[in-house]
Amino acid sequence: MSFSVAEVRKDFPIFERTIRDGKRLVYLDSGATAQKPWAVINAESDFYSKHNAAVHRGAHQLAEEATDAYEGARAIVAAFIGAHENEVIFTKSATESINLVAYAMGNAEAGNRFALTSADSIVVTEMEHHANLIPWQQLAKRTGAQLSWFKVTQDSRLDLSNIEQIITPKTKVVAVTHQSNVLGTINPLEAIVKRAHEVGAVVVLDACQSVPHMSVDVAALGVDFLAFSGHKAIGPTGVGVLWGKAQLLDELPPFLTGGSMIETVTMTSATWAPVPQKFEAGVPNMAQAVGLGAAFQYLSALGMDQIRAHEISLTDYALKKMLTIPGIRIVGPQTNESRGATISFTVKDIHPHDIGQYVDSQGIALRTGHHCAWPLAKCMNVPATTRASFYLYNDEHDVDALVEAITGAQEYFGRF
Amino acid sequence: MELDSLYQEVILDHYKHPQHKGLNPVFTAQVSHVNTSCGDEITLNLNVQENVITSLTWDGAGCSISQASVSMLSDLLTDKTLEQADVIVKSFSELMASKGTSAGDAEILEDAVVFAGVSKFPGRVKCALLGWMAFKDAAIQSQGESK
Repeated sequence: MSFSVAEVRKDFPIFERTIRDGKRLVYLDSGATAQKPWAVINAESDFYSKHNAAVHRGAHQLAEEATDAYEGARAIVAAFIGAHENEVIFTKSATESINLVAYAMGNAEAGNRFALTSADSIVVTEMEHHANLIPWQQLAKRTGAQLSWFKVTQDSRLDLSNIEQIITPKTKVVAVTHQSNVLGTINPLEAIVKRAHEVGAVVVLDACQSVPHMSVDVAALGVDFLAFSGHKAIGPTGVGVLWGKAQLLDELPPFLTGGSMIETVTMTSATWAPVPQKFEAGVPNMAQAVGLGAAFQYLSALGMDQIRAHEISLTDYALKKMLTIPGIRIVGPQTNESRGATISFTVKDIHPHDIGQYVDSQGIALRTGHHCAWPLAKCMNVPATTRASFYLYNDEHDVDALVEAITGAQEYFGRF
Repeated sequence: MELDSLYQEVILDHYKHPQHKGLNPVFTAQVSHVNTSCGDEITLNLNVQENVITSLTWDGAGCSISQASVSMLSDLLTDKTLEQADVIVKSFSELMASKGTSAGDAEILEDAVVFAGVSKFPGRVKCALLGWMAFKDAAIQSQGESK
């Protein structure tokens, strides 16, 4: 590890406060949303206090500064994921990014490569977050296309053994997560991308759990669209990103229509502005996009490879320690191969919600439930799990605190 | 510890030894409710004869609070009239909305006042109410049947 967690924590003001009557905050819920450093909070605040104006409009200095800041953020985001600037679209969330693609495909007319009919199929996986399942499920309903999916094996990996039966010449789109928000599993994309492209399908990647935690290069991945949210990557809420290959974005019809996404307008028709403006109708979430730029600058300064190395070593430590707890079941890969720093678990005889409540009383923030992946919970045969997700500001003390608290919960609820 | 106000002994006792669990096949209304944020599920079978709750049975899976709450609900409402049940459900709902400011009316709620502590934990109020909201639906259905 080449950065000091203690130094990093100083940049995040939330760690100055205490939890539940003076306890140290142990924040293990970054999979839901990450905490924010001063650099991000200040960037957002500075935009409002010094540069606020509507971007891409207005013949005044503030409008120029606001546009520079907003487009500057786009350039930072593009560089962060190895993309061209005109391929980066700001949305309000990753959920909106994925819905944008799904609804825009639904808007495609016959002859457009994205047009779907009952002769086509859409492929997802059983481990998708609802945000990368329901938009496709509903698109299938609207167009009559068939929905197919890869199953998840009991060792928490995608079952690709029947890849040629799942991705067929009928398949138009394959939507898959880079890293499961529940299991932590990092999916092997190479085989999926290869097969999808063989049959002429596009690959939409949900990168919400990967972009904040590892170096992601869209060209190297070979996918066609990629979505993530800002707030899981220490950026502000209210900003998400959709990246797409320039040529595909050109062919994709718009989703939201209105101001700033047009080229010409008459009372009965309109033509579209070039990408990315075509997909950014209305005044965007400017301060939030600028904040996301600051977040990526912060992460880049630490180094994404260093962050990933830190998380690998922390996951190693956490898995080993947690597996010593009697009655624990890790719901996800038991080893540190191709997995991220998200560890879901159950504890014998204690409901996940009760575990969450007890550890909260010890100052530890976790998530409990089905984590917006209900079909996956059913497939893993658990009603719910408790999830610890680690990030750059967590260290081994946090893991120790968690293990101690789980043991404490077993004593607390074992009284009867 | 603050946590003890949530996990009262009576609650954990009902959780470990749930009452009226296992669905009675004779019922006038059957209702299933889900807590969408955590996946807890409860199915209630309510049997009303001449305005009296002759049996209230349930099955489901969930956290200690949701399971203990429905267990206590079944205990409390069995043999009550629908009007009496309505008063009890209203009183419990008010207690859950009290954000820790009410101790609950022990004359109406009997043992269920132990859930007063739950109202201090906004994340758990829905757990405690799961069975009660299912009962409300079941009671409406039963009344519809009898009319």
